[in-house]
Amino acid sequence: MAQPSLVLTNTRKSNQAAPPDGVDGGAAVVVETELYAADQKIYPRAVSGWFAAWRWALVWATQLAFYGGAWLTWNDRQAILFDVVHRKFYIFGLVFWPQDIIYLTVLLIIAALSLFLFTAVAGRLWCGYACPQTVYTEIFMWIERVIEGDRFRRMKLDRGGLSARKIGLKAAKHAAWIALALWTGFTFVGYVTPIRELWTEVMGLFASDGASHSAALGPWETFWILFYGFATYGNAGWMREQVCIYMCPYARFQSAMFDRDTLIITYDRERGEPRGARPRRADAAALGLGHCVDCDICVQVCPTGIDIRDGLQYQCIGCAACVDGCDQVMDKMGYPRGLIRYSTQNAMEQKLTGAQMLAHTFRARVLVYSGIVWAVIIAAAIGLYARVPLKVDVIRDRAAIAREVEGGDIENVYQLQIINASESKRVFDIEVVGLPTIHLDGDTHVELPGTGSRLVPLRARVHVGPGAVAPGAHRIEFLVHAHDDPAVFVREASVFIVR
Amino acid sequence: MSQFTSGVWDIFIGVISVVSIIACAVFLKVQSVRKTVEADTSGHVWDEDLTEYNNPLPRWWAWLFYITIGFSLGYLALYPGVGSFDGVFGWTQVKQLEEETQAASARFGPIYEKFATQEVAVVAKSPEALAIGQKLFLNNCAQCHASDGRGSRGFPNLADKDWLWGGTPEAIRTSITDGRTGVMPPMGAAVGGDEGAKDVAHYVLSLSGRTHDSVRAVRGKIEYQKVCVACHGAEGKGNQQLGAPDLTDQAWLHGSGETAIIEQILRGRSNQMPAHKEILSAAKIHLLTAYVHFLSQGGAPPGK
Repeated sequence: MAQPSLVLTNTRKSNQAAPPDGVDGGAAVVVETELYAADQKIYPRAVSGWFAAWRWALVWATQLAFYGGAWLTWNDRQAILFDVVHRKFYIFGLVFWPQDIIYLTVLLIIAALSLFLFTAVAGRLWCGYACPQTVYTEIFMWIERVIEGDRFRRMKLDRGGLSARKIGLKAAKHAAWIALALWTGFTFVGYVTPIRELWTEVMGLFASDGASHSAALGPWETFWILFYGFATYGNAGWMREQVCIYMCPYARFQSAMFDRDTLIITYDRERGEPRGARPRRADAAALGLGHCVDCDICVQVCPTGIDIRDGLQYQCIGCAACVDGCDQVMDKMGYPRGLIRYSTQNAMEQKLTGAQMLAHTFRARVLVYSGIVWAVIIAAAIGLYARVPLKVDVIRDRAAIAREVEGGDIENVYQLQIINASESKRVFDIEVVGLPTIHLDGDTHVELPGTGSRLVPLRARVHVGPGAVAPGAHRIEFLVHAHDDPAVFVREASVFIVR
Repeated sequence: MSQFTSGVWDIFIGVISVVSIIACAVFLKVQSVRKTVEADTSGHVWDEDLTEYNNPLPRWWAWLFYITIGFSLGYLALYPGVGSFDGVFGWTQVKQLEEETQAASARFGPIYEKFATQEVAVVAKSPEALAIGQKLFLNNCAQCHASDGRGSRGFPNLADKDWLWGGTPEAIRTSITDGRTGVMPPMGAAVGGDEGAKDVAHYVLSLSGRTHDSVRAVRGKIEYQKVCVACHGAEGKGNQQLGAPDLTDQAWLHGSGETAIIEQILRGRSNQMPAHKEILSAAKIHLLTAYVHFLSQGGAPPGK
């Protein structure tokens, strides 16, 4: 078995279900178990250190991109806009149409494979550092900490009775949460409808005379702002670790990508045990104690409320808060850092050095994942580079299969849906090839505005008769190219029917 | 609206629905506590030694369940669902369709009405009207007359000056509104069997200046003047009152070859354009009339 034995413990919730140890023979103890337990609120303690700094760096990076990205401008339009109404997605210089769904597919494939890769290398990196649930919870917890204080002050506040101070603090916290949540909802919707217009519309709500503003906030815009606002507030303020433990499917399947060389948050049991409190300058060895001083800091800082010393658990989101917490304690005690650290099962069992452990990173699983991810990324990049900003669909008339016209020629009717996927006005020339004497009747020079599309009716005609085109279906091709740029060229096949 | 012959069944089903929903809530409540003996694992063992404790679900999870029960009861109160009870809102699919249709006509009606009072010649000059006309044409007419209006075998070309029933705006409007039925009876016996039909066919070919056997044409002309003349006229120019086609031009609805013409004579033909007055409003027919008239005057489909 390559999988580490994942211990699914119930340490987090109170152990009321467990019968007393050593059930006396014969008289079985019957226990009433509540199938639905009231949530035990977790008060994570603030933590600082190397990994906390990394998490904050990612909070800043992702949120600057998210909150700021919507306001960027590119060629007099919003740089990143998913215009669902007009079915055009703008990402800086690129305009994607529904026909470009393959790029979205590829993006999702890259995202999925990257998740596999990162998880195989170092466990739930995504959960611990980059997942929106983690990122927003981090921000919301920071607000909570600034207003209500750290762990113990929050616990004391919640235990205490209602007071003006408590009401004030709670009101301030929720007001700040709701403000941030609404801003998040607003930004989210701002990627779908132009954010500057949305801003004007939102401001219109607060105008002194409600009737004067021109564009009102639409019912769906309002709904989605409130919906995403509520989701942010609910998930980051209230649900927090519950989302990871009870809702998130990734949390459950990521452990399937672990192997014995995956870096996971590990408590060095051999070094730590037997745990126990001791005076600061006491000699642990003389007292028969390990390095764990049983200070519980690792439990207090844990956002999912588990004790990492019980081993790897499915609730562990790999945030390394306990690593930071424990390292500080080790520093104070004068013990080496890393009682809790990123390590692997093999490293623990075979007592590998750090370098040896990292050398295990380059194993088949990781190399295969990396190879596939890079192949897909390179293919996508080539595809994007070679993408022609012109799309043509040939719609053959279903009614007029083949009509006879003056002189006995045969005519087939087509409609060409031509999409100018570039943002500049262009003229397109249309030709048809594939049969002798075939020629087009209709508008073969079509001017289209930037990101415009048009259905162009065309008739293709061939001369029939002895020695000319035989009855039957013939493959023909429509060639459409931009007048100003021969590289912008599309070849689209269709059928010409003679009878 | 009862689907059954007896109202008892509505009550029967209604009672089952409501009782089942309430029973779900009761069951959930009763079953939220469980009596267990021994260390509380789920009893499953994976991968030789992997077991799972029975951890309780969070209580909000159960609340979600209660919410769905509340939702379903609320739904059954507001919408039809319990037997024959119509629900407080009195909602039906038919009513919703009617409301949406009304909203659509209130929204689009004025656009059509704007053109309804204008002459066809005026409408046919408005790009907006032509764009609407083209959409109507593609949705309602292109199935037979092709997307460019030039028809196909058996379906007349609307973009030329050759008309079976007349190309004035009024005639076009009548064709769309009331439809047309063009009938040519089988004429085999009347023109003297297969040979006679072949002779007439060669005469018909000669009328439009096509390659023909002049001996047969001379014989065919005699039969033609006896039989065909009634509808197609002495000079073969047709008759728009009857929908009889002009045989002297190059437009051939059912094929211009000898074989096609002989078949037409021997077997006759019944061709129909369906009436659209029940399908399209007068205002839409007006726009279509203008669009078809525009096509027949040499206008090109504008594209969209």
